[in-house]
Amino acid sequence: MAIEVRMVSLSPTMELGTINRWLKKEGDKVSAGDTLAEVETDKATMPLETFDGGVLLKIIAPEGSKNKVGELLGVIGKEGEDISAILAKGGAATPAAAAVPAKAAPTAAASVAASSAAVAAAPAQAAFDHGARVKATPLAKKIAKERGIDLHQVAPSGPGGRVIARDVPATAPTAAALAAPVPVGTGVGEDIPLSGLRQTIAKRLLQSKQTIPHFYLYSEVSMDRAVAFRDELNASVEEGGVKISFNDLVIKVSAAALAKHPEVNAAFNQTSIRRHGEINIAVAVATEAGLYTPVLRNVDKMSLKQINGGVKQLAGKARDKKLTVAELSGSGFTISNLGMFGVDHFFAIINPPEAAILAVGAIQNKPVVNAAGQVVAGKTMGITLSCDHRVIDGAVGAKFLQTLKDLLEHPAKLLL
Amino acid sequence: MALIEYREALGQAIAEEMERDDRVFLMGEEVAEYNGAYKVSKGLLAKFGPKRVIDTPISECGFTGIGVGAAMHGLKPIVEMMTWNFALVGAIDQIISNAAKTLYMSGGQFKCPMVIRGAGGAGGKLASQHSQSFEALFTHIPGLKVAMPATGADAKGLLKTAIRDEDPIIFIESEALYGKKFEVPDGEHLVPFGVADVVKEGSDVTIIAHSRIRHTAAAAIERIESELGISCELIDPRTLRPFDIETVAKSVAKTNRCVVVEEGWHWCGVGAQIAESVYTYCFDDLDAPVVRVAGLDVPMPYNPKLEAAVLPSIDRIIAAVKKVTYK
Repeated sequence: MAIEVRMVSLSPTMELGTINRWLKKEGDKVSAGDTLAEVETDKATMPLETFDGGVLLKIIAPEGSKNKVGELLGVIGKEGEDISAILAKGGAATPAAAAVPAKAAPTAAASVAASSAAVAAAPAQAAFDHGARVKATPLAKKIAKERGIDLHQVAPSGPGGRVIARDVPATAPTAAALAAPVPVGTGVGEDIPLSGLRQTIAKRLLQSKQTIPHFYLYSEVSMDRAVAFRDELNASVEEGGVKISFNDLVIKVSAAALAKHPEVNAAFNQTSIRRHGEINIAVAVATEAGLYTPVLRNVDKMSLKQINGGVKQLAGKARDKKLTVAELSGSGFTISNLGMFGVDHFFAIINPPEAAILAVGAIQNKPVVNAAGQVVAGKTMGITLSCDHRVIDGAVGAKFLQTLKDLLEHPAKLLL
Repeated sequence: MALIEYREALGQAIAEEMERDDRVFLMGEEVAEYNGAYKVSKGLLAKFGPKRVIDTPISECGFTGIGVGAAMHGLKPIVEMMTWNFALVGAIDQIISNAAKTLYMSGGQFKCPMVIRGAGGAGGKLASQHSQSFEALFTHIPGLKVAMPATGADAKGLLKTAIRDEDPIIFIESEALYGKKFEVPDGEHLVPFGVADVVKEGSDVTIIAHSRIRHTAAAAIERIESELGISCELIDPRTLRPFDIETVAKSVAKTNRCVVVEEGWHWCGVGAQIAESVYTYCFDDLDAPVVRVAGLDVPMPYNPKLEAAVLPSIDRIIAAVKKVTYK
């Protein structure tokens, strides 16, 4: 019995996978665990492994082809076996193949399972699994098109998973402008094709801004003690040791604040609000290819040294495009720091399905009014919390920010 | 405006048109001496005499054929089918083979301006052979126009328009409505063909219903609006050919949902054609498949409880509206 090799979902947000390279060719013997091909997903390059042995009878998806999850890529079977029935059936995804990543690389399958157990694998962007084709009424399709909304992201309320007009969320008026086609061919210019990463950034952040009601809380934090605290830690570091960064400190403080305010470490889940069981923080890493948000896990249990090491390792992997799905999923909160570029403060877009993101600005020398009412030289840092109002009300966000500010202004409290 | 019975409104239309145009005459079984089996032609013999109000033998094929010949020769016959069930006795050949084809097959040399009218639909405990809705059958035939009034005013206005028309008209009255009273305009009142009546405006669902079932739909709408809070727009097409798709499309563009109700059988009923037109003209406006409510696909039972179960009911219309609104 020949076995269909189909594109499997190698990340929670993956819809398409590009076959970068086949590592086996037609006629090759393969055994369980062999890597058949390298697949570029929306976030990383992953091995496509097989659980089944036999002969790779047919390669259907050529190198460079983009394939939807569930699409037929090739066929494994016995030498000389008749596979015409499978080929005739073509790309029709079998529900089993689409739903169960049985033939996925074991590590990928395991990590997907682990991350879904940990944080309910990205509920906001995949509230309903439509499979390859979304069933929607013509009106719902028309409205979604007008509003620039991807129907795959819409949870249906009609019979049999049908998306009807009322399911399509309303959107900000700017959506139409954003969705409007860019005029092509004016003046001298260059069209740069979208990479998988660029497409993911475009899609998810547009979705975030369109579907998540953001509000922003800004606070100026006195950093005098934090600067002294860090200087003290780093002064004692011997040659070649670890130097703690302000970002490490912000991550540490955020983990402590999330532990105190579990309502912020949450996700909107259409019919419920998911409170995460772990404190996993994504750190925005800018690379030449684009923005990655690798995830530090159980940050509340990590020392500053461990945080420092973890961030360095993830940032390095991001630059080398070596991040795994596990390292890219399962976060409940994101920190984006543009302080190193001298930015005073800024307002970040929530990284779905999270409910909040912290935007961190630069530490600046500023005249400040001290407790005695005198104007003195001080060090300040602007931090802005962007919140999903469906999950976090103003007062809740404010209390969280207050905790952050208090811990940054009194870092010794981290020892408590 | 006077409150008169549906049958009287029809009689007024015939009398007014016979006065207006001496080419118009009425013939059929019992139309003269007996004043009509349903008393539509009451008083016409006394008023217009036996040359223009003619009793015929029980021979639908014969007198319908005479009507076709008279029309071809310049007269304007009104041929009464006592009920449309009797059209099966040969009249259907005259209607389909001759009346509908004359203009085309004579290359435009001969017109066939005649009205063939009579009672259609179920009357109540008349059993299978006398409780039939044939509008789908006649609307199917190119060359025929089909009108089905649901009120006294439309009965009068459509019949006067039909008599003046230059083509063969199938005019199907509702047996169940003959005794119902309606406000009917006095004197000249014309209702054009191909213009639907928006009986009631609404915002959530478009309900299309003709002839007497339109009143069942109206009763259902009262309950739907008070019990479910769903606003319904009721449209009576009045003529099935020509059909006013423009009014329907305008409505569905607003409501995004459509229910089509008819008394006739479900399979290949006029509602199927209306639904197809809605899909064609309103595809991008639809938020639910069109739902049809029709007579069940069985011969009409004599038993009144079973008859009620076969006909479209208020409950079935409510269920259809719930379905298109996902309630």
